[in-house]
Amino acid sequence: MQTIKLVQPTSEQPVYLDYSATTPVDPRVADKMIPYLTRDFGNPASRSHHFGWSAEAAVETAREQVAALVRANPKEIIWTSGATESNNLAIKGAARFYLKKGRHLVTVKTEHKAVLDSMRELEREGFEITYLTPESNGLLDVEKFAAALRPDTILASVMFVNNEIGVIQDINALGAHCRQHGVIFHVDAAQATGKVEINLDKLPVDLMSFSAHKTYGPKGIGALYVRRKPRIRIEAQMHGGGHERGMRSGTLATHQIVGMGEAYRIAREEMHLENARIGRLRDKLLIGLSDLEEVFINGDLQQRIAHNLNISFNYVEGESLMMAMKGIAVSSGSACTSSSLEPSYVLRALGRPDELAHSSIRFTLGRYTTEQEIDYAIGVIKTQIQKLRGLSPLWDMFKAGVDINSVQWAAH
Amino acid sequence: MAYSDKVLDHYENPRNVGTLDTADLDVGTGMVGAPACGDVMRLQIKVGNDGRIEDARFKTYGCGSAIASSSLITEWVKGKTLSQALEIKNSQIAEELALPPVKVHCSVLAEDAIRAAIADYQSKQSTAAEGYVACDPPYVVKATA
Repeated sequence: MQTIKLVQPTSEQPVYLDYSATTPVDPRVADKMIPYLTRDFGNPASRSHHFGWSAEAAVETAREQVAALVRANPKEIIWTSGATESNNLAIKGAARFYLKKGRHLVTVKTEHKAVLDSMRELEREGFEITYLTPESNGLLDVEKFAAALRPDTILASVMFVNNEIGVIQDINALGAHCRQHGVIFHVDAAQATGKVEINLDKLPVDLMSFSAHKTYGPKGIGALYVRRKPRIRIEAQMHGGGHERGMRSGTLATHQIVGMGEAYRIAREEMHLENARIGRLRDKLLIGLSDLEEVFINGDLQQRIAHNLNISFNYVEGESLMMAMKGIAVSSGSACTSSSLEPSYVLRALGRPDELAHSSIRFTLGRYTTEQEIDYAIGVIKTQIQKLRGLSPLWDMFKAGVDINSVQWAAH
Repeated sequence: MAYSDKVLDHYENPRNVGTLDTADLDVGTGMVGAPACGDVMRLQIKVGNDGRIEDARFKTYGCGSAIASSSLITEWVKGKTLSQALEIKNSQIAEELALPPVKVHCSVLAEDAIRAAIADYQSKQSTAAEGYVACDPPYVVKATA
């Protein structure tokens, strides 16, 4: 699926290199969804007429498509409004169901806020949480993880692929330890579908969160995998009608679900070829930027999805670089880009000094990224880095041989 | 969060980027902020015999609003006396650049920078600085063309 770009990218229509933030809906997915808005609009729970039956059939087909991508039984897939809701449901739902067994949970500092904030909420309710620190490459040490599991631990949550640095955790090994300790294992796979092989028939995972809009599906729909063998129970967070085997009430959004199903079908069929192509483009970008001085890759390069390149350009602040890269859409770990003015907590957890977090840019490639776009990006980045370093007093100091860490900065 | 045209203009068409000779007695250097905060501004002024700022240069590590704030202030101080320069308020900078609330601190830093540069100049002239603590640049930089 190649789209042809005829015009020079501008700030109004930049080159999109922010696929980890969201993806465009694949036209094939959009085509599948539209009939369910105006023609086959029935409520899937209407059991007494054709409108309902046809909607229900579409929902069940989509359920099978999602299950097929991850080798699960369709009965183990329940629909939610997105991975954030799935994370909330898995963590709070399991903790509240199993709280008589224990009140300790384990997670990682680099998890998505949907996991971290859910854990914080449980802390307020009297649960105890251990937040593990990964190694400097972003990967969790399996032995350290195992050591954190206690007799009163009921759940552990580790994301498959990190949204900021793209590293892939060893879910198999981590899950095996959970099994040994009788701990429920939840995995946030929002950034993993269509990018890495997920085989829930083999992986020792009990709960897994899925998103549609990271895999060329629509926003506002996701799913939660809930293992049946052995049976995992969760307390519902949304009540009102008992939909989805009582685990998540609410009328199913047929058009959204059809979209997610189709997106996952396409992912299953096309991911291998697609990831190989994207990997080549990402490596081209990496090589193109590697002859700049003082450039640091954040996160392990091997255990990483093909789509992600998170780089710190030392002595240049991330937001100024994003402003300078007018024709390119990316994300930064800089404080200036967050409304809280704090730099990326993921990069902090890796032990990165704050100025490298402020200087970081996340490039994420995807289905519609072309080689011309990568060439354009390399050219723009090099020119603007040169210009911004020309503006930077820290670059001057570096060039003059000053050890910036030894400087006493005026408090502000 | 689109950048205001004025902020973009300061980046696209930078004025007064560069360095003055720190060792020169007529030059005051102020460096404020910290890399850990994502904002460092270095502002230098050259004061003429008539007590007016005849030249100013800046270098900034920071976001677009920080670059624009420091660039703008170097424009504004030229031709002013030291006491006139001390009257410049960060709110004026923020208004001129149409900074959103979350970026107003960049204009505060620019105001701090000019005060630091003036204090540094005055301490070189053995005139008592008005209790403002500035940091001495830790190295000597050759003036660039």
